Amino acid sequence: MKLESKTPVGPLADKWNNHKAKLRLVNPANRRKYHIIVVGSGLAGSAAAASFAEMGYQVSCFCYQDSPRRAHSIAAQGGINAAKNYQNDGDSARRLFLDTIKGGDYRAREANVYRLAQTSANIIDQCVAQGVPFAREYGGLLANRSFGGAQVSRTFYARGQTGQQLLLGAYSALSRQIGLGTVKMYTRHEMLDLVLVNGHAKGIITRHLVTGEIQAWSSDVVVLCTGGYGNVFYLSTNAQGCNVTATYRAHRRGAGFANPCYTQIHPTCIPVHGEDQSKLTLMSESLRNDGRVWVPKDAADCGKLASEIPEERRDYFLERKYPSYGNLAPRDIASRAAKEVCDEGRGVGQMVEGKRLGVYLDFSAAIQRLGEATIRERYGNLFDMYENITGENAYRQPMRIFPAVHYTMGGLWVDYNLQSNIPGLFVGGEANFSDHGANRLGASALMQGLADGYFVLPYTVTDYLAGVGLTGRPSTDAPEYKAALKEVNDRTARLLSINGQRSPRSYHKALGKIVWEYCGMARTKAGLEKAIQEIRALRDDFWKNVKVTGSGDTLAPELERAGRVADFLEFGELMCLDALVREESCGGHFRTEYQQEGEAKRDDDKFAHVAVWEWQGEGAQPVRHIESLVYEEVQFTTRSYK
Amino acid sequence: MVTASGQNSHGHEVTLALKLRVWRQRKGQAGHFEEHALAAVPTSASFLEMMDMLNEQLIKEGKETFAFDHDCREGICGMCSMTINGMPHGPLPGVTTCQLHMRNFRDGETITVEPWRARAFPVLKDLVVDRSGFDKVIQAGGFITVRTGSAPEANNIPVPKGVADEAMDAAECIGCGACVASCKNGSAMLFVGAKINHLNILPQGQAERDRRTLAMVKTMDEAGFGNCTNYGECQAHCPKSITLDVIAKLNRDYLRARVKEFFSSTGKPSKGGD
Repeated sequence: MKLESKTPVGPLADKWNNHKAKLRLVNPANRRKYHIIVVGSGLAGSAAAASFAEMGYQVSCFCYQDSPRRAHSIAAQGGINAAKNYQNDGDSARRLFLDTIKGGDYRAREANVYRLAQTSANIIDQCVAQGVPFAREYGGLLANRSFGGAQVSRTFYARGQTGQQLLLGAYSALSRQIGLGTVKMYTRHEMLDLVLVNGHAKGIITRHLVTGEIQAWSSDVVVLCTGGYGNVFYLSTNAQGCNVTATYRAHRRGAGFANPCYTQIHPTCIPVHGEDQSKLTLMSESLRNDGRVWVPKDAADCGKLASEIPEERRDYFLERKYPSYGNLAPRDIASRAAKEVCDEGRGVGQMVEGKRLGVYLDFSAAIQRLGEATIRERYGNLFDMYENITGENAYRQPMRIFPAVHYTMGGLWVDYNLQSNIPGLFVGGEANFSDHGANRLGASALMQGLADGYFVLPYTVTDYLAGVGLTGRPSTDAPEYKAALKEVNDRTARLLSINGQRSPRSYHKALGKIVWEYCGMARTKAGLEKAIQEIRALRDDFWKNVKVTGSGDTLAPELERAGRVADFLEFGELMCLDALVREESCGGHFRTEYQQEGEAKRDDDKFAHVAVWEWQGEGAQPVRHIESLVYEEVQFTTRSYK
Repeated sequence: MVTASGQNSHGHEVTLALKLRVWRQRKGQAGHFEEHALAAVPTSASFLEMMDMLNEQLIKEGKETFAFDHDCREGICGMCSMTINGMPHGPLPGVTTCQLHMRNFRDGETITVEPWRARAFPVLKDLVVDRSGFDKVIQAGGFITVRTGSAPEANNIPVPKGVADEAMDAAECIGCGACVASCKNGSAMLFVGAKINHLNILPQGQAERDRRTLAMVKTMDEAGFGNCTNYGECQAHCPKSITLDVIAKLNRDYLRARVKEFFSSTGKPSKGGD
């Protein structure tokens, strides 16, 4: 596998502009002759599809939901970072870049992150022009809030629904193009395979989720914006339909999978309440601006009501351990700190399997200082959501929160142009690995999705198309499409024919328990080895004993679920393998063996690289390749938020 | 004593026994209700988790599961769409089906679950309907035309806080279709009014204001949605508490656009601008 990062030469701040000036162009009259497939309609997918169509390309966009507006970007709550320096607090593209590199624990590619910081300001301009109703000051100018891992206020927000408003902005741009006929939108279609012709990505295989029709599509280039793989844990903050199938199927066709062990556990989620739970709900990190995190100092107080525990018997552990960042410590650090106090027996809330897994997020001081009305204006919808789910009023008593799987920094390997190692296969948004290293800072996912979709892919995909030229797309009658169609049809038939005893969901739950236990917030060599054995056994059992009800020629939710779970059962092993080989702690990857005074201990001599896995066939050990991370301007330092 | 978190004073989970009447409809066939019983549904479960339990039970019995739309399960994607005891999204005001929890039901209760009922939302299977009419309305004009890369500096367009807040109130619409399902006319005017209010009051939205209004209303009519007769059911069932005044403002903007269109007519074919 050839891994060339294609990072441009020259000073960091000039790389992107120099590179853009050298990228090849396609004449406007020729653009309509090229067909681009975009899979996924979240921030990256919608933004890319709309931008390609505006340029004049023919675009087909696919999503599994009933409308592109429902992609899971919609659920992002807190905000989007941009280096506008509207607050006059010393922000700049360079500072946003440095925060992101440091937040990612020095495991991201320097040049990609700098480009992200540079384009952040354009994103805000674009979204405001689209009518995104960001929060405003009384003077009519844009407001900002602060977020974890930064000492400036650079986060733009639309109440607690920033992702919704940004996605609706991108969706409106996409809808305009659909109305004009330049984008053909295929909703309720799930991508089940990638088609390669002469080594280039030239199309996909989809299943129409309503009619069951399995179909081949031909294109000049394929862009995957299909999100992350957090649902491998079964319980996560992802939507129910989020899955790894598109990227994992591309991986099986030869695309390198980078850093699958980098998963983010978000510190502020509503704790688990029971066995039949299907979903964990995030409470925006922005709550940590005004909420204070604490547990009782003494485990004996844990069964009491919060109001019965006096101030001097409370441990504000984030403020105590990280005085300069306090409650705004980055996500991985805040999550581990919460796990530690609960492991010490000082957790709060109801007992689940003999443990109290929760910490308080207390707004009483903020309500006293600012008044309930202000808190309601800032977070009203989050407080309402909390009450719906828990039945508790967080204006009167502290919220209870606990970490949950939220985001995955790993993804398909891409070069500086966001092209995978398969020519013609581009990957944007959470589906790629490129910008967040081993940990993502809050309000950076929206920034990356839109930067990729609006401001990177339109240039780099054009360069690829100019390079391959108008040689003509293969017809879907070509043998490569026929073969891929047959494989997908066979696999679907196989899933339907097993007719065993266990439901697909029960396998998903079992897989989730394994990876949460052994590949969650803390990982050990022995645990990961055990997890790999257990996943293999579970996977074998799945293919013998799964029961998929329904039929292939109609809406069949259990068939959809079975296909996704089957891929998670393979991917989960890859994730554990990656975690096993990475013998260091960095960002969201915490190996218990590698720590110093309770903090993650990186090993830059051995692991300052991207691990890229190459598929070797069914049942064979994948091969690990390396892209060394060369830092030209940043010095490796130990991350400190103390 | 039962606490809000669904445990009684002994720490045991409180559960409900339920009878369910659920709509079953296969391709090309008329639909009917099927009756099922669930023995122990925890009160802390969400309505969709209760439906998951039913489906798991059906798989054990070797029967086909019920298809229903759902995705984010945190009340924002707008995918879930069940009519529960005759009410879109169920009895609780201001929440989607996924945010409705079983503590709002009684032990022994019979719950009736149907799809959205509206001419413009045909049933695809069981509880799943086709809401593509909403997308068509947005495609006709629910946007501000701005090509990628052509936007001016964000703070060049000041928006008074009150205007931004009002736009945001309307923009919170999740496009679920409960307004249409609750309306005896199957009207989409709360949905269309919300989008019109979001975009038409912002300074950025002025250039296309009239064109947008006319195009969206025309497409709304063509997609088979009915008219508003001011019953207000939509407001009562909107999970995002969008209020009826967006319909009044939609009517105002539509009238304004039609009058301008009439008086600006020069006899030449319209170019579709203001």
